[in-house]
Amino acid sequence: MSILVDKSTKLVVQGITGRDGSFHTKKMLEYGTNIVAGVTPGKKGQQIEGVPVFNTVKEAVEVANANTSILFVPAKFAVDAINEAADAGIKLIVTVSEGIPALDMVRVISFVNEKGADLIGPNSPGIISPGETKVGILPGQIFKKGSVGVVSRSGTLTYEIVSHITNSELGESTCLGIGGDPIIGLKFIDCLKLFEKDEQTKAVVLVGEIGGSDEEEAAIYIEKSFSKPVVAFIAGLTAPPGKRMGHAGAIVSGGTGTAAEKIKAFESVDVPVAREPAEIINLLKKKM
Amino acid sequence: MKIHEYQAKEVFKTFGIPVPDGKVATTPEEAEQIAKQLACNVVVKAQVHVGGRGKAGGVKLAKTPEEAKQAASHILGMDIKGLTVKKVLVTRAVDIKDEAYIGFIVDRKSKKPLIMVSAAGGIDIEQVARETPEKIHKFVIDPIYGLFPHQARELALHLYDDIKLVRKATDVILKLYKAFMFVDSSLTEINPFVVTTQGETWAVDAKINIDDNSLSRHPDIEAMRDVTEREKKELDAKSKGLSYIKLDGNIGCVVNGAGLAMATMDLIKKYGGEPANFLDIGGSSNPEKVVNALNILISDKNVKSIFFNIFGGITRCDDVANGIVQALTRLDINLPIVIRLTGTNEAEARKILSKTKLIPASSMVEGAQKSIEIAKI
Repeated sequence: MSILVDKSTKLVVQGITGRDGSFHTKKMLEYGTNIVAGVTPGKKGQQIEGVPVFNTVKEAVEVANANTSILFVPAKFAVDAINEAADAGIKLIVTVSEGIPALDMVRVISFVNEKGADLIGPNSPGIISPGETKVGILPGQIFKKGSVGVVSRSGTLTYEIVSHITNSELGESTCLGIGGDPIIGLKFIDCLKLFEKDEQTKAVVLVGEIGGSDEEEAAIYIEKSFSKPVVAFIAGLTAPPGKRMGHAGAIVSGGTGTAAEKIKAFESVDVPVAREPAEIINLLKKKM
Repeated sequence: MKIHEYQAKEVFKTFGIPVPDGKVATTPEEAEQIAKQLACNVVVKAQVHVGGRGKAGGVKLAKTPEEAKQAASHILGMDIKGLTVKKVLVTRAVDIKDEAYIGFIVDRKSKKPLIMVSAAGGIDIEQVARETPEKIHKFVIDPIYGLFPHQARELALHLYDDIKLVRKATDVILKLYKAFMFVDSSLTEINPFVVTTQGETWAVDAKINIDDNSLSRHPDIEAMRDVTEREKKELDAKSKGLSYIKLDGNIGCVVNGAGLAMATMDLIKKYGGEPANFLDIGGSSNPEKVVNALNILISDKNVKSIFFNIFGGITRCDDVANGIVQALTRLDINLPIVIRLTGTNEAEARKILSKTKLIPASSMVEGAQKSIEIAKI
């Protein structure tokens, strides 16, 4: 078991003929991901790393039975590509693209929800279920199959934390980056609900950062309805207010969304918060 | 991106939202001229990208052009929360009988546009939101259908009893929604929305923040950008694919990824140091980016040591190492550099760096500690 992606994942890569698309297609194939199709309008009939290219996602679904999609298209074209995937019946859409306007995402998410699909991102490094499949740009070699679910708003910070989990022999069930933008598809709560039901997952590490109130909402949910141990890490204690810290969503505005508030929210519901990535393992072991 | 009140009012005007006449001035003489032309009581208002201008003394009433000149000479050059006032708006003063608040945001929780209105508008709206949140009425808008007139009316009914005022406010709410969506705003507000003793309604203040991700399709708004010296450096970094924010400490940080960059700053602080900046070199690993990053850090005279914290995934450690070697030959760098590299092509990177004087660290914590110790010397 794992959440959202596993051996049954049949992936279509949107934007497969581009530089990033073809590079990560190769990397995902090396990891063992079942990539059944690529899509670039006008490039039908080509092959990238042995993967057949189609003009539309609809063809990728009808001909190659794709059920999951990942987008490597520039922000300008990402909205259209997400809508196309949802329209074609794709059930999980992973968006790596960074820089999509928030009000565009608002409309996209309405459409994706209407079609009954799940969206990860935008501005996400993707998702991996170690030993099963990888849908994203995460470096496969740092993961190890195990019992800890990891959900994060970040990319490389997640890798830092995962490297400790892997070294500790605990390993990971599924690890995903939900994206650094303010308006995103799956949020912490949605992922926690999935981890709750997943037998392989024995504990969860939640990696948050400044901006918004997703962490506070997750803390309330954990107290009420989550039965497994959770350990958190929050980045941005030293971030100055009013400044966007790289991620579009990482900003303290009007005094809300600070790291201190988020740490308080977790600790008040008995979720320990590591003050540095290396502390996570000890906190996990104490809770498990 | 923030735009000034006078610029936001120009946007409001194009959508038919009532705004008192006014013009922007950069000298006391200009302010005097504008007051003469307006031929009425005026308000002289500091144009800076920060709230609380009135409380800081940046807003003054003037009854004659001479008074407007004096007010402008007092306000221009003033420091408000670290920002120097370079422009003032000279605008017609109105008799304030009632102040309301109308604002739109992109709500992260509902993932939809959200409107907030309150009859308790004015300078203390943040206090109202904190202490008496029930006085702020919120409504989540379906982005597909937009805001219906009856929904806007229902909100306006929270503001006034007089149906004439309700109709006027309904009209403004609908127009403000159009403006908010049209410019891809992340926050648009009128505070205060004023009713005068004569029963007129005016947007006396105006605020629009624009979503940075949408600026490429709004060149007219991009042209409104007004940057401080500090922001200039940040924008220059951005044009080179770097995300940089200057802070006041003495340990320069170069990191790949925003989350890890924040965590690196936090770690430096935790071990007793002060970070000089946030700097994310991003996912791709062009050596030129590393050269540019180091160039920015050495131009900050506070920096005493530099800490590279790289977790190679997509970023290849050997590319970063090559960038450092190039920077060391091209730039005059006398600062000690502590480096922690791990992940993709780590061994190749070590080989490249073996001939340099860089100080290696095997973990994030060790790197932070070493760069703090060195900065103290």
